[in-house]
Amino acid sequence: MAAVGNSVPRKDGIGKATGHAVYADDIVMPGMLHGRTIRSTIPHGRIRSVNVVGDVPGLIVVDHHDIPGRNVVDLIEQDQPFLVERDVRHLAEPILLLAHEDREVVDAVRVEIEYEELEPLFDPERSEGILKSIDIVKGDVEAALADADFIVEGTYRTGHQEHVYIEPNVVVAMPEEDGIAVFGSVQCPFYVLKALKSLLGASAHIRVVQTETGGGFGGKEEYPSMIAGHATLLALKSGRPVKILYDRGEDMIATTKRHPSIVRHRTGVMRDGRIVAMDVDVLLDGGAYSTLSPVVLSRGCIHAAGAYRCDNTRIRGRAVATNTPPNGAFRGFGAPQTEFAVEVHIERIAEELAMDPVSLRELNALRPGDTTATGQVMGTDCSAHMVLEEAVRRTEFRAKREQYRGTNRSIGLALFFHGAGFTGSGERHLNSKARIDLTERGVRIAVGSTEIGQGTRTMHAQIVADALAIPYEDVEVAQPDTTLVADSGPTVASRTCMVVGKILEQCAMEMKDRLGGMSPADYHAKHGGFSVLRKYEPPDWIEWDDHTYRRDAYATYAWGCDVVEIEMDPDTLEVRPVKVTAVQEFGRPIHPALARGQIEGGTAQGLGYALLEHVVMRNGGMANAQLTNYIIPTTLDTPEFDIVMLENPYAGGPFGAKGLGELPIDGPAPAVVNAIRHFGVDLREIPAIPERLVACASR
Amino acid sequence: MRTAISGLDLRRATSVDDALRMLADEARTPIAGATDFYVALNFGTLAPRRFVDIWGIDDLRGIDVRHDVLVMGALTTYTDIIRSPLVAERLPMLIDAARQIGGPQIQNRGTIAGNVANGSPAADAVPVFAAADAVVVLRSIRQERRVPITQFYTAYRTSVMRADELIVAVEVPRVDGKQWFRKVGTRAAQAISKIVAAGVRGASPKFALGSVAPTVVRAYATERALASGTPIEQAALTLTREIAPIDDVRSTADYRGQVAQRLLRRFWSETN
Repeated sequence: MAAVGNSVPRKDGIGKATGHAVYADDIVMPGMLHGRTIRSTIPHGRIRSVNVVGDVPGLIVVDHHDIPGRNVVDLIEQDQPFLVERDVRHLAEPILLLAHEDREVVDAVRVEIEYEELEPLFDPERSEGILKSIDIVKGDVEAALADADFIVEGTYRTGHQEHVYIEPNVVVAMPEEDGIAVFGSVQCPFYVLKALKSLLGASAHIRVVQTETGGGFGGKEEYPSMIAGHATLLALKSGRPVKILYDRGEDMIATTKRHPSIVRHRTGVMRDGRIVAMDVDVLLDGGAYSTLSPVVLSRGCIHAAGAYRCDNTRIRGRAVATNTPPNGAFRGFGAPQTEFAVEVHIERIAEELAMDPVSLRELNALRPGDTTATGQVMGTDCSAHMVLEEAVRRTEFRAKREQYRGTNRSIGLALFFHGAGFTGSGERHLNSKARIDLTERGVRIAVGSTEIGQGTRTMHAQIVADALAIPYEDVEVAQPDTTLVADSGPTVASRTCMVVGKILEQCAMEMKDRLGGMSPADYHAKHGGFSVLRKYEPPDWIEWDDHTYRRDAYATYAWGCDVVEIEMDPDTLEVRPVKVTAVQEFGRPIHPALARGQIEGGTAQGLGYALLEHVVMRNGGMANAQLTNYIIPTTLDTPEFDIVMLENPYAGGPFGAKGLGELPIDGPAPAVVNAIRHFGVDLREIPAIPERLVACASR
Repeated sequence: MRTAISGLDLRRATSVDDALRMLADEARTPIAGATDFYVALNFGTLAPRRFVDIWGIDDLRGIDVRHDVLVMGALTTYTDIIRSPLVAERLPMLIDAARQIGGPQIQNRGTIAGNVANGSPAADAVPVFAAADAVVVLRSIRQERRVPITQFYTAYRTSVMRADELIVAVEVPRVDGKQWFRKVGTRAAQAISKIVAAGVRGASPKFALGSVAPTVVRAYATERALASGTPIEQAALTLTREIAPIDDVRSTADYRGQVAQRLLRRFWSETN
C-alpha cells in the first residue's frame, strides 16, 4: 500500500502517547547546574553597575567578559548581544547569567543593577531606526489613481501575538570533547550551531541536538540560539552540564512575538469593480533588534496586495526599531498582518461600490497568466478562483449573508494565499542538503528538519518509502544532531515538505537505482550500507532580483478561502465563532490527517489572533504574561470546522505537494472582522476584543 | 515554581479543633483545594510562609438544609455544588457559577470557603452569595460568629476575618424570586471574570457584581430604584454610581461600566 496520501501512524506517536519521548527538561545529568538569566528591568538606558549581593558558595556567574568569541547572536544582522555590555535596549534583556546546583538557591540570589535611564520609544510611527525598507513597484500607481473612478483609503492595525507552544523554551548544555553539546527544544539546530560558532570561535567543537519539541510556531526559530549561548557560557565556565528552563512567565516576557503592524491602503477602483491601482504602506514594529524583521517584512510586503491582479501596484514597507523585546518569526511571517489589511480593505471597497464582496473578489482574483505585485506570472498552480468558488458554494455564502441581516449572527469571508519556501533566491542561497542511509533494516533519513508536532518525521518517511517502493515501517528518521545529519535548512517557511521532501524524494530515487531491484535489507547484507546525499535544485525558471523585488517571489503558492460564521452577544459584544469553512489548496496532502490537523490548528490559532489574543504592553513589556490573562482559545471556543482540501499538484514538490504549515493562519482574522463589519461595526484592528467593539459601537 | 518550596511550612489538621488550635498558636494560612495557592506559588507572589492544610477535615464537608437555611460546609467544592439536588432546588444560580469556574480539575478542588477567603474581586461565587444574602460562619478556638457576606470584605483582598478564625460554613437563607447569573470572561471556559453578576427578582430585587470594584458590590441603591418602579434605563444609571471599575490587563473601566448596565437590563428583562 502506498504511504503517501494515507494517514499512516505517526513516527513520533507511540513515544509521545506513552511518555517515552525525551524532552529537554527530562534530561538530568550528574552534577548538572540550573541556569538563571538576570534581565534588565528598564526598557532603555545604560548600565552603571552590576552587583551580585552576598557570597553564595557554588554560584557560577557569567557576564559578557566571559564570552570567548563574539558577543552577537549571529543571524541576519550582527546587532543583538548575548549579554548586555552597557546599553539596554529593551525590558527583560539578558545582562548576567547565574548557575547553581540547587535551583532554589540560584533563584534566591539578588542582583543589584544601577542604570542611567533613557527615554524609551514604543511608538513605531515615531521611530527613525529603520531595520529594513522595501519598495515594490509595478506600473504607475499615481497615474492610475488619478484615472480611477473611486479611491478607497484605510489604515489597519494588528497586535502582537504570543506563540504559546505547550513546552516553554529549554536548553541543556554539556561540556564535551573540548567543546560543547547542546540539547534543546529548537526548530533550527543549524541556526543554533551558527550562533554558537560566533560565540565560541569557529574552531570549537559544537554539537547541537534537537530533543523532542512541544511546538514552536516560529517561536523556536531564532530565540533558542540566545538561550543555547547562555547555557553554553555557564557550562564552559563551570565545566558542568547546565540546564536553562524558562517558565511560562519568563518565556512570554523575554522571547519573541508576532510583529505588530500598521498597514495603509489607497486603492483606485473603477465603477465596475476593477481594481486599477494599489498603493500599500506596511509598517512593522521590529522591537529592539533586527532578528528576522527584514525577512518578515519581505514576506509581509510580497503578500500585501493580496491574491489580486492589479497592473499598478506600489508596496512600501519599513520595519522599525522600538524599545520592546525583539519581535520575530511566527507562523505566517508577516503575511497574516498584511493579508488581514488587504482583505478587510477589499471588503470596504465592496461596501463603497455597493457591490457583493464575492463578486468583487471574483472580478479581481488572480488567474493563471496574471501577474502578482512583483511581476510573477501565475501558472496553472494558481487556485484563487477554485478555493473562492468552492467556499462560496458550500457555505451558501450569499444566501446566508442575506438571511443573517439584522440578527446577532453574521458571516464573513477572506481569500488568501501563501508562498511556499524561502523568498526569491533564498532557497538557492540556502543550498539545502538531505541524506538517506541504507541500514540493516531499511533506510534512515538524516536531515536537520525538526519534528515540532507538525509531522515532519512521518511525512518525510512516507515520501522516502514510496519513492523507494518499500514499506513505510522500514524507514526510520534520525534525531537531528548537527554532527550526524545533513543541513537541510531551517524548519520554517512551509518548506519542510515541499523543499526538503523533494530532496529526500530525489535521494530515494537515486538509492532505488543503486539497489537494482534488491530490498534494502538484502542489499545491505550482501554489499553493506551506503548513503545518498543530494542538494536542493530550485526550479530553473525562477528569476528574482533582491534589489528591485521583481519577478518570482516563490516557486509556488498555496491558496485558501475561509468563511467564518459568528454570533455576537448583544450585551457584552463578545464574538463567538460558530462555524468555519476552510477551503485550502496546497498541491496534494501527503498525510491527510496531519494536513487536516495543520489546517484546524492554524485556523484555531488564527481565530485566537482575531478575537482573543491581546498582548497588553506596559513600559515596553508584556503585562499579561500568564496564561490566565493572555487568553488563547480552548476547545469550547473552537467552532465546528468544515475542512476542505482541494488538490492542484505542483510539479516541483514531492508527489505534487506545496507548503501548508502557514497558510491556514492567514485567513481567519480578516474573515472574522469582515463578518463583524456586516453588523455595521467599522473595526479595522485585531484582536477584535469586546472592549474595542464597545468603543467602536459608541463612536 | 518561582517560590522556594523548601521555605514553606505546612501542617495538616485532622479536625476542626486541631486546625483552630494551630491557628490560635501562630499565624497560618488555611489551604484546602490550593487552587489559588498554586497560582501564587508559581508566579512567586506567595506572601505567607506557614500554612495549615484543612483538606482532610470531613466535618467541613456536606450540603444540608437546616431550619430552612442552606448550609454548605467550608470545603464544599464546585463539583459538590453542581451535583447537589439541594443547591439545584434552592440556589440554582450558584450551580451556574460553579459550572463556569475553571475546568473539572479546578471544580474538583476549589472550595467555596477558598473562593470567599481568597478575597479576589473577580471571585465568581461571591456575587451569588451577596445577592442571596449569604452568611459566612467563622469559628475560632474562642467563639463562633456569623458575618453577612456583604459585610465580610473591608477593602481589596481584605476582610473582617481574624488570623485565628476559620471559615467553617456558608449559610444561605431561602431565596425568594427568580435567580439569574452571568459571567463575562470572553473565553468560553477557563476564564477569569472581566465582570460577573448575580441577581434575584423577588418582591425586593437583589443585584450583585464582581470585578467592578475592589470588593464585591451589592447594588443597594439600584435595587431600591428597581423596587420602587424606576424605569430600567434610569436604574442602570444609578448602578454606574455604585461601581468603581478600573482598567487592568483583563479589561477596561469603560467596558466594565457599560456592560454592568447592560447586564442589569438583561437581568431585568430575562427575569420578568
